[in-house]
Parts: sequence; C-alpha cells; structure tokens
Amino acid sequence: MPEETMSEDTKIDFSNWTCPLPLQDYPTIVMGHGGGGKLSSELVEHLFLPAFRNETLAGLGDAAVIQPPAGRLALSTDTFVVQPLFFPGGTIGDLAVNGTVNDLAVSGARPLYLTAGFVLEEGFPITDLARIVQRMGASARAAGVQIVTGDTKVVERGHGDGCYINTAGVGVIPDHVNIGPSLVRPEDVILVSGTIADHGMAIMSVREGLEFDSAILSDCAPLNELAALVLEAGSQHVHAMRDPTRGGLGATLHEIAGAAKVGIVVEETQLPVRPAVHAACELLGLDPMFVANEGKLAAFVAPEAADAVLAAMRSHKLGAEAQIIGRVVAEHPRMLVAHTRIGSNRVIPEQIGEQLPRIC
Amino acid sequence: MKYLSEFRDGELASRLAREIHQATTRPWRIMEVCGGQTHSIIRNGIDQLLPEGVEMIHGPGCPVCVTPLEVIDRALAIAAQPGVIFCSFGDMLRVPGSVKDLFQVKSEGGDVRIVYSPLDAVKLAIKNPDKQVVFFGVGFETTAPANAMSVHLAKMQGLKNFSMLVSHVLVPPAIEAIMQSENNRVQAFLAAGHVCSVMGYWQYPAVAEKYRVPIVVTGFEPLDIMEGLRRTILQLEKGESRVENAYERVVTFEGNREAQRLLGEVFEVCDRAWRGIGVIPASGWRLSAAYRDFDAELRFAVTGIHAVESPLCHSGEVLRGALKPNECPAFGKQCTPRRPLGATMVSSEGACAAYYNYGRFISVEELTHA
Repeated sequence: MPEETMSEDTKIDFSNWTCPLPLQDYPTIVMGHGGGGKLSSELVEHLFLPAFRNETLAGLGDAAVIQPPAGRLALSTDTFVVQPLFFPGGTIGDLAVNGTVNDLAVSGARPLYLTAGFVLEEGFPITDLARIVQRMGASARAAGVQIVTGDTKVVERGHGDGCYINTAGVGVIPDHVNIGPSLVRPEDVILVSGTIADHGMAIMSVREGLEFDSAILSDCAPLNELAALVLEAGSQHVHAMRDPTRGGLGATLHEIAGAAKVGIVVEETQLPVRPAVHAACELLGLDPMFVANEGKLAAFVAPEAADAVLAAMRSHKLGAEAQIIGRVVAEHPRMLVAHTRIGSNRVIPEQIGEQLPRIC
Repeated sequence: MKYLSEFRDGELASRLAREIHQATTRPWRIMEVCGGQTHSIIRNGIDQLLPEGVEMIHGPGCPVCVTPLEVIDRALAIAAQPGVIFCSFGDMLRVPGSVKDLFQVKSEGGDVRIVYSPLDAVKLAIKNPDKQVVFFGVGFETTAPANAMSVHLAKMQGLKNFSMLVSHVLVPPAIEAIMQSENNRVQAFLAAGHVCSVMGYWQYPAVAEKYRVPIVVTGFEPLDIMEGLRRTILQLEKGESRVENAYERVVTFEGNREAQRLLGEVFEVCDRAWRGIGVIPASGWRLSAAYRDFDAELRFAVTGIHAVESPLCHSGEVLRGALKPNECPAFGKQCTPRRPLGATMVSSEGACAAYYNYGRFISVEELTHA
C-alpha cells in the first residue's frame, strides 16, 4: 500500500539498526560485501536477517530446508532491474516480492516461500540497500510468505545500476484448482481488479529526462488474497487469471487470445483508468492498455460466475474498482477488438517493442 | 472543458455520423494531412462510421514517416560518435536507417536519450559541458517553435556544445505537391489543426482556389475530426472549394505571430526530400545563416552520407493515395512493420502499417458483426 510504503521508508533510521557499527565502517557497498568473508556475513547478520526474520533463514544453511506441503507445487522466478529504484508508491524491494508472489497467485497457487538474490554495484549506499531490504521484509509479511534463502554478489562500479534483485518463489496449488490460459473459451467474461497503467506512469513520471509533476502512485501490491477470493467465488468457472505487468493489459489479452486461440472484445468505456493517468498517457501519446501494472489481476470467468467474481473482487481493498471489461469470442481468433466510446470497432494490434512517446 | 470526455462523446458522434450519412450522395476521397489525425482516426475507428464510398487517404503528415533515409543515416552516424549525447523524440528511435536504427546504436554504446522537449536537450548541454549534445529536430510546423526556441536559447547562452540535426517539413508545399501529382485522387483536405495553431491558415485560401479543393482546418479528437469531415463533405456535395476553420477553439487565421517571428529568424526555407516521395521544392526548413553554427550536419561533417531508398517500395504512391498498401508487391512480404522498407510501414500510423496491423486477418465488415 502506498501510504504504508512511504511511512516505512521515512521511518528507516540507520543509526537504530540492530547493530549498526560494523556496517557503518563502510557507508557504501564495497567489493568485499560479496566476497563471502566477514563483510558478507555482517551484511547478512545485520541487514538481511533482521529484515526478513524467519526461522528457516536464521538457520543460514547453504539451502533452505522446508517440508513439502500437499498439492501440486508452483515455481516461478523473476528478475527486477527497475530504474529508479525508489519511485512513487514503492521500491524495487516491493516489486521483487510482490512480482513473484503475484506470478504464483495468478497460477492458482498459495505462495509460501521466496528466495532473494542481489547483484549490488560497488559504491551503492548501504542505507539505500537497508530501505530496499526492509521493504522486501514488510512486503513478504504482508503477503504471508517467507524469504528463506538468498545470495549477494557485488559487481564493480559502473557494471550495474545500483541494485538488481532476483526472486524465485514456491507455492502450492490446491487439488481442485485447475486454471490456465489454454482453458479460456468463447463467452468467458473478462474482469480486471482495478485501474490500469498506474505503475508504468508512476515510473515514467520520475524517470530522468521525462519527469513531470503528478500524484500518480505505483499500484505495486500482493495479489494472493484477491486471487484466492476470485477462486473461491468462481470455483471451477474461473478459467484463467493473469497479473498484467510489463506490456500492460493489452499484452496479457494478446497472450491469452493466442494461447486459447480465441478472439477478445474489449469495451473501451469500461476500462478503469485514473483521470491523472489518462491525462498523462494522452500527453505522452501512450495507450494505457500497454502501460505496466504491478498489482492488478485479470480473470477469465464463465458468464454464470461473472457477477459473483466481480462482487468478490470488489469486497477486497485491492479490487474495489474492479470492472467487467470485455468478453471472449469465437470470431477473429488471436485478435483483440475494442468497442470504442464513439461506437466503432478497432483492432488493437500487438506492440512490437516498448511503447514510445510520440512526436505528434 | 473536459477534452478527454466531451470531444469523445458517443451520442454526439452518432449524431455527426448521421448528418454525414444524410449529406453524402456520392463517393469522396478525403486526405487527412496530419499523422496525429491518422492516429485518432484509426484509434477511434472513425473511418468505420463513414458512409460507404467515403475514403480516407492517410497523408504524408507523420514526421516519423517522412524523415528521409539519408537524414536517419546521418543521425545514426552522429549518435555513434564518442562524446556525443544524442537526444530525440521517442518514436524516432525505431525508425530504420539503411542498416540499423537508433536503438541499435544505443545498444552498441551510443549515448541516445529520449527527451520530451528540445529545451531538455539544452539543459543537458549545460549540465554536460564536456559532451556534445545533439537534438534531432524533425517534424512539421507544430514542433518547430520549440526547436527554434532551443537553438535561440543556446545561442544566447553561448553554448558551444549544443547543435541540432534539422529535418523540418512544411505542410502547404506538400498539399500542392499532392494536387500536382499525376493520378492524384485526393478531392479534399483536412488541414492539420496544430500546424495551423502555429502558422494560421492564411496560406490556404490561395491553394484552395488554385486547385479548387476544399480545405477544412480540423482538430484531433473524434468529434473534431467528424465535424471536419462533415463540413468537408458538405462543401464537396455543393461543389464548393473554400477554406473553413472547424478548430476555432485553438486556431486563428493569423496563427501565433510571435512563434512565426522566431521561426523566421532561426530557420530558412529550403528544398527537402520526403521519404517515399522525393524532393519537394521549398518544402522544408533548415537553420538560417545566423544559426548555422548550431547545424549538427556541418559540425559533425555528415553531409557526405547519402542513402538510396529501396526500389521495391511504393510508399510515395501510397502517400498520394494512388496505390492502396496491399496493392504494393512488397506489402507483407519484403516489407512488414518489423522490417519496413519505407515511410508508410515505419510508424504505426503509416498507411501500410495500419493496413498490416488492422486488416491482416479480417475485414472490417466481419469485425463489425463480431
């Protein structure tokens, strides 16, 4: 949650860290922090352990040892290279945890354990690392997952962007859950859990050279509770869930249309977009459909369960602005069509690369 | 006024569509000159609301599309030089030169940056005195005032490390070139509202009279475009050829005099090659003698770089409306949005790219019944 992020960020007081003295010998990351010696273990002991606090990690074995739960395992990994590392509404740390939690959650899994790998650039301020790691710990607790093992490497100055993070996660899929992109079928209703394009525009508003004043915050959030509510309300009528991130909702819909060999019709007037985000997209010539999200869930649900799933989404704080935004059709397979606000139809083509700000 | 909702009102759009249908008795071919209008037409599916037989021809008004291959190659050569920060509007980065694009130069170590305003490039020059900062100044009369202002500021501040690669193009000569071309099919023009907000539309009555062609100054929102089309079709049906302003909330007859004064000081008219079309006399701007020191082509000695466009490409005929994109032998074969041969396949608004993306799998008729 943005407010929480901000207050926790400002609360970080390095002098009150568990045992600041050894770390304060070096206010920045030096090559030795990745060398496996004393500096490395100090980083673990004084920074990672207190932030992630859990028993499995505290064992400090070469591998985390966990009891396998019943059900099918879901495994996912993602690497985070966002710039800037701190942005309105979140940090790379929030993204690294929520990103992997969400990939597991929309696969129908209950996320359980994460790993965290850091690539740090020589000279990176330890206070910044502390802020990031603290956000990771807080996000993990909020999502009900544990960060149980990790790794840190340091690269020479100029060879990295401060901090890269990889997380991998394990979750368990209950036996009765069976969802996936290829199970989407004609007549399915498409729901989105809230406003689109918030994260991408929040990042853009602070990116060097493109800064503009705005109150847009990233929507970065863990979706596991919301996903569980959707599955509970829709049971076997839920055919697929996705968390549209890079490439936006548009890329997700294209992927589903391709995987299930179906067409998709989107009602443009039903797409939830915040006015400030809409205005910023217009100014920059971007289509909110193709701008990134980090805390939105798209569900593909049989029509008889659509109302129940919508109500379930709206009952959760992360789904309060949920909308039915379109439907799956048998016509025009692999193709997205939008019903525009002026009553026409248009094809929404797939983006070739990143969306670029337009000249005119 | 709420520009994001009021000018996109569905009911008003259907009312305008009805009026257009009632007014239309014959087929008409109308060109929107500006790429921004093409974008709006495609994005909002406006062409589907028009009577059968009213054909929109997408004109040469996309600066991304018409910037000549040669200039792109020169941009790539400058951007690849060490010590250069090359600044550009975002969508120029993907425009292919003879062998690569700016993205590739960036990946090979060139310092290529996207900026929103040429004034940001001037700031970069001040911040980086040990680097040469170059801005890629392309576009029509709309983007020209900010470009002129940035060169003007750089000169006033005595900046030695700022320069501009200029490839500005002008709308009125392009309209004349289209009307003079063999096999011209265009019967009326929607003039580009934002160009006119700078330049006014005092240049157009002579053109309308000379070629007996209606010209309606038109905005960019769906209702703006439909109103522009309604007025154009009314003129065509009555056999009139006047200049009308359907974008009065932004455009005046005189335009922005202060901007025009600055443009006259910083730039001078020159012959300009248009990608896919060739050289149109007196159709562009280059830096005037007083500002020549800021000309990146001279500073980096790239005037010797020349390029030849693919002989397979018929984009010139497409831009004039003489050929439909899918009638080109290279369409969808040697030429696709990923590997475009010519102007009209380059930008997503280009006529060929639009045909490729939107018409590849299915006809509009099938779509409307989906």
